[in-house]
Amino acid sequence: MAKAREVLFDPIFKNNPIALQVLGVCSALAVTSKLETVIVMSIALTFVTTFANGAVSLIRNHIPNAIRIIVQMTIIASLVIIVDQVLKAYAFQISKQLSVFVGLIITNCIVMGRTEAYAMKNGVFSSMLDGIGNGLGYSFILITVGVIRELLGSGKLLGYNIFHVATEGGWYIPNGLMLLAPSAFFIIGLIIWALRTWKTDQVEED
Amino acid sequence: MLELYLSLFVKSIFIENLALAFFLGMCTFLAVSKKVDTALGLGIAVIVVQTITVPTNHLIYQYILKEGALSWANLPDVNLSFLGLISYIGVIAAMVQILEMVLDKYFPPLYNALGVFLPLITVNCAILAGSLFMVEKDYSFGESIVYGLGGGTGWALAIVLLAGIREKMKYSDVPAGLKGLGITFIVVGLMSMGFMAFGGIQL
Repeated sequence: MAKAREVLFDPIFKNNPIALQVLGVCSALAVTSKLETVIVMSIALTFVTTFANGAVSLIRNHIPNAIRIIVQMTIIASLVIIVDQVLKAYAFQISKQLSVFVGLIITNCIVMGRTEAYAMKNGVFSSMLDGIGNGLGYSFILITVGVIRELLGSGKLLGYNIFHVATEGGWYIPNGLMLLAPSAFFIIGLIIWALRTWKTDQVEED
Repeated sequence: MLELYLSLFVKSIFIENLALAFFLGMCTFLAVSKKVDTALGLGIAVIVVQTITVPTNHLIYQYILKEGALSWANLPDVNLSFLGLISYIGVIAAMVQILEMVLDKYFPPLYNALGVFLPLITVNCAILAGSLFMVEKDYSFGESIVYGLGGGTGWALAIVLLAGIREKMKYSDVPAGLKGLGITFIVVGLMSMGFMAFGGIQL
């Protein structure tokens, strides 16, 4: 059981897919200006990594080595299509806001990286745990960035007023930069700095 | 007409830069930007693949997948648009493979220069995003060629610039925890701020 816990929790701080492995940052940055989209995106990605890992692991002994990338890609793309269709049916507004980024889960390197590096070599149960763990690691960074950007950028969280903004008679003047692209890069850079100051073994040597 | 294309071209390079405004292709963007030479090679490969795949996917979307697109085959009620994602990625993978074989046969020097980068491109989100944006913004065939070329060029420009900055940065004294990835993110953030200055340019 200790191993299962390691597989599940290591990707959150110790081996974070975004901060250490630099995987899947593309979508991570683009959807983080509002917390709502972040949560939906995190759930979608965790779902896809978990089941892609499970499915690949299930048939790993039957996949010919030469075409394994295509097989993985097809499994992932099918899962993403399911997510996309479900979102369009039950959460149309959010699906519009996420626009192309749901589709881009296909090329999100976390999913592909985990199926290739982990699911091809391990059993179904621990592969699915690894999928959940990496999904959580991704969600952790995304939610942190999302909270900072939405709170400082518009004084709200999930649409509720937390800081009263000056235009509505409050005291907080929103920092518009937080809603624009550059802030996402700065915040992730700072998170990486904080994480590596805490866990010094992650520091890169020149 | 020419004006429209020119404005779309400039817009897709500077204002809606795939890397710096939409964060696309970040994985490769951060991983392959340590040296200007390799960054340039990858950038050119992205331009070539993008210019080919966006129009190809445009044709596939217009004549096969779109609602009512199959009316030429007497199937006016069929809507295959849910197959979009899987077909685009299939087209991209196939195109990259074909391009690799063609280059190998007819342009060996170019193949040797780009060889290592071509397989990487299949999983570059900027390429898939190019096709998805083309569908979402409903571009015509001509526009999709220009958009493919412009989007690819913008990405290539961004990665070459970043590689240049990172080469220079070898001589600077960066705090331990920020070394490598951390400082790269901050540099990209500053570049992205710089590119925002192009916002609002109209031709």
